[in-house]
Amino acid sequence: MSSKAEQASPTAIKTGITHQMTGNEAIARGAWEAGVKVAAAYPGTPSTEIMENMAHYPVGDVHAQWSTNEKVALDVAIGASFAGVRAISMMKHVGLNVASDALMSQSYIGVHGGLVLIVCDDPGIHSSQNEQDSRIFGRFAQIPVLEPSDAQEALDFTKVAFDISERFDTPVMVRSTTRISHTRSPVLVSERETPKDLGFNSDVTKNVMVPGHARTRHPIVIDRLERLAEELETSDLNQLELGSSKIGIITASMSYVYVKENLPDASVLKLGLSFPLPKKLIQDFCAKHDRVIVVEELEPVIENEIKSWGLKVEGKEFFPRIGELSPEQVRISFENAGVLEPEVNALGPQFEPLIRPPVLCAGCPHAMSYTAIRSLDVRVAGDIGCYTLAVGDPLTAIDTTVAMGSSIANAVGMYLAGTETKPIVATIGDSTFIHSGIPPLIDAVYNQANITVILLDNHITAMTGGQENPGTGKTLRGEQTHQVNFEEMIRACGVEWIERVDSYDAASMMQTMRESIDYRGVSVLIADRPCVLDPVKIKGPTMSVDAKDCNACQGCMNLGCPALLWSDEWYEGRHVVKIDPTACIGCSVCAQFCPTGAIQPTLVLDQKAAKACPSGV
Amino acid sequence: MAKAKKDNSIAVLTDPPKLDPKGMKEPINVLIVGVGGQGVIMVSKVLAQICQNLGYQVKQSEVHGMAKRGGVVFSHVRFGNNVWSPTIPMGKADVLIALEWAEGLRWMNYLRPGTGIFIADTKRIVPPFACRSRILGADIGYSRDTPDDVREKVAEAFALDATEMATKAGNERAANTLLLGALSTTLTFPVEEWKKTIAKMVPPKTVEVNLAVFDQGQYWIDGSRKGEPVEGAAFVPLVQPEINSVRTTLEITDEWCKGCDICVKMCPERCLILNKDQVAELAEPDKCTGCHICEWLCPDFAISINPIIQEAVA
Repeated sequence: MSSKAEQASPTAIKTGITHQMTGNEAIARGAWEAGVKVAAAYPGTPSTEIMENMAHYPVGDVHAQWSTNEKVALDVAIGASFAGVRAISMMKHVGLNVASDALMSQSYIGVHGGLVLIVCDDPGIHSSQNEQDSRIFGRFAQIPVLEPSDAQEALDFTKVAFDISERFDTPVMVRSTTRISHTRSPVLVSERETPKDLGFNSDVTKNVMVPGHARTRHPIVIDRLERLAEELETSDLNQLELGSSKIGIITASMSYVYVKENLPDASVLKLGLSFPLPKKLIQDFCAKHDRVIVVEELEPVIENEIKSWGLKVEGKEFFPRIGELSPEQVRISFENAGVLEPEVNALGPQFEPLIRPPVLCAGCPHAMSYTAIRSLDVRVAGDIGCYTLAVGDPLTAIDTTVAMGSSIANAVGMYLAGTETKPIVATIGDSTFIHSGIPPLIDAVYNQANITVILLDNHITAMTGGQENPGTGKTLRGEQTHQVNFEEMIRACGVEWIERVDSYDAASMMQTMRESIDYRGVSVLIADRPCVLDPVKIKGPTMSVDAKDCNACQGCMNLGCPALLWSDEWYEGRHVVKIDPTACIGCSVCAQFCPTGAIQPTLVLDQKAAKACPSGV
Repeated sequence: MAKAKKDNSIAVLTDPPKLDPKGMKEPINVLIVGVGGQGVIMVSKVLAQICQNLGYQVKQSEVHGMAKRGGVVFSHVRFGNNVWSPTIPMGKADVLIALEWAEGLRWMNYLRPGTGIFIADTKRIVPPFACRSRILGADIGYSRDTPDDVREKVAEAFALDATEMATKAGNERAANTLLLGALSTTLTFPVEEWKKTIAKMVPPKTVEVNLAVFDQGQYWIDGSRKGEPVEGAAFVPLVQPEINSVRTTLEITDEWCKGCDICVKMCPERCLILNKDQVAELAEPDKCTGCHICEWLCPDFAISINPIIQEAVA
């Protein structure tokens, strides 16, 4: 059973009753209900599905698009706000780093049409390169940060964010986390509002940030935060649940439900915003309780601000700053704080867990590219995408990975350092290259670096689940549009050595890669093969191993293909290899590596077997 | 509620109580686990939908960032009159449904000690990592724990070859619905509600097979509990590692090597190098498995692999 059947039009679902929705679905619904006209994003786990859901709403209601990167996405939303409509941009936490340049100035400018920024953090680093706490960024940019604790609040807070944005003339951040974004809970939906289009606001002192204008805007920024904090003192965005006066808990976001799970009857102040804070409300709460504990995931953002007012609260001495909170972690922390009695023998039996790291798919073109790279003994600056998985065994072909688009400039730096004796290679995917790989490529040519760039073009943004990008020639809604011609673009950057090779052609891949490395200057090798999962799942006639020919050399195993496994047979003490026909897509790369020719198309082996034994017995 | 061991070696409770959220303060917790692409999320969506239809509050939490890359997938479903945390606290799962054998073992510590019910497909999805070691006689990196090992440690354990049964019924992908049928025996929800919801949520063409395997899942558990012989209870153990193995030595005739590099590039163990004289050299003899690739590929016959048959080890 698979999940293709449901997916009714989201505008057709009944209002006034509850529906099971993920946080991401609820945010998209909230944006639609708030009358958003323009939505722009770059995919990034765990935020991706918000925009994918936006695309389910009618074209006439909202323009939803994938942008080339998060800064572009935010700038598009800012432009729409200038033009007087409600606009939204969503991104993962590290995407906000990219968009932050625009955000910092936009904070001074404020908004015309409401402007909301959805940022999804990833505590626990389920699928990211760090677990930075974006709430600090909100503070840094001096914009309000709303923190929903479930899908219902994700919807409600997104709508409230537009209201705050317009009334206080500020961009507003709604901060989700992986757990909120990917948890389904009941949500009550309602109809779409239709705010009036305001038209362009031609006030240059507000919209053009030259020093003279910016100086007049800064006090306005401070003032609006004070006014908002004042309003929050009595706002129902904060929830006060009074219980015993012994212990009071201040919390927000997902931490709230973990607190309720463990202390259902405790005194709790649940904050709707982690910035700015309602000072008087918190002071009163602290005064009412003998002991106050702040429970928040990652950084002590709320705790430190409260402490800065001279109030005595506890928090991070019991609750971890690292990783995701969970009901059991919160329980342990409360036990350590002396709030709960220790629980004994509370777990089920423990078995040795199987090591099952994420791997490149069967038939993934990256596997061949990295096998070739690995064989050349080069220094490899990696980038962000599925192909980062090539860092692990058996490909072990990546030396560094920093952030989106870092690979090429990292390679330039390694070259300039002058200490590297191996040839220097940067590997980058098509979507990441468009995201932020082009300026560093121009830099490499401009500064005459001697590096090789391997552009892993699998024609999709694969890691986040297969999103379109300018290299695919299709929009978010699947319409045809201009397709970036990588060769032309790279040539225009000044690169003279460009070759395109089929990733599945092992011999020419190895040969051409060697030539690209031998070239002095910037060379670009485009490893060209579509992703096997998206936009269409590729499944060709499978390959099989002729067990009597396999000498168990394990050479094919170096590809790390999940379709290649050990059979129950042995040869000279090593496992004979077999191919899982359900996983194999028939890319034939393993067959090209097999020194004994034991790997053949299943069809060929079947025919051979039929010939050898015509009766079929 | 005595624990009895029946002929088909399934540990069962003679009079199993069914889980009923009605009037309970605490929610009921079902943890569904497996590997990317198996339909873990679908199982949890069906369960969540039924709970919602019956008027319970339900929260369902999953992490699937790496799911498409063959990674671990798990989904927490909690339902009752009031649910706070969307994730099940460790040691509080009432039922653990595993679509893959080793994944079931991984999450075992989430089961409620004493009462938690374990239902697992015995299907193995062996990760490439498990076949990583190339040393002679290497064991597969996959759990050797059997259903019997599990039965000793939990209140009730059911190990069934759901994938095989679903394949026989006509659709391998329906294995997850078969496990839903098994799950349904642990809850008080009416059978019609399950079937209505499944029919609504699966692709129209597969409704019939999905409903058929749902029944099969139910019968399987009921049958096991009554001690009747049930199909699909066989557990095929993994092959044992070969102890009596061959050792080899690798010899390179330096004078014949012209430094073409082919052996260095193609060695699966990457244990050969070109030395300063541009001659192939076995840099890491311990890693050489004697696979013969270099011997066969050498255009100058400069490499030979010589087997040494070792005595059988008792």
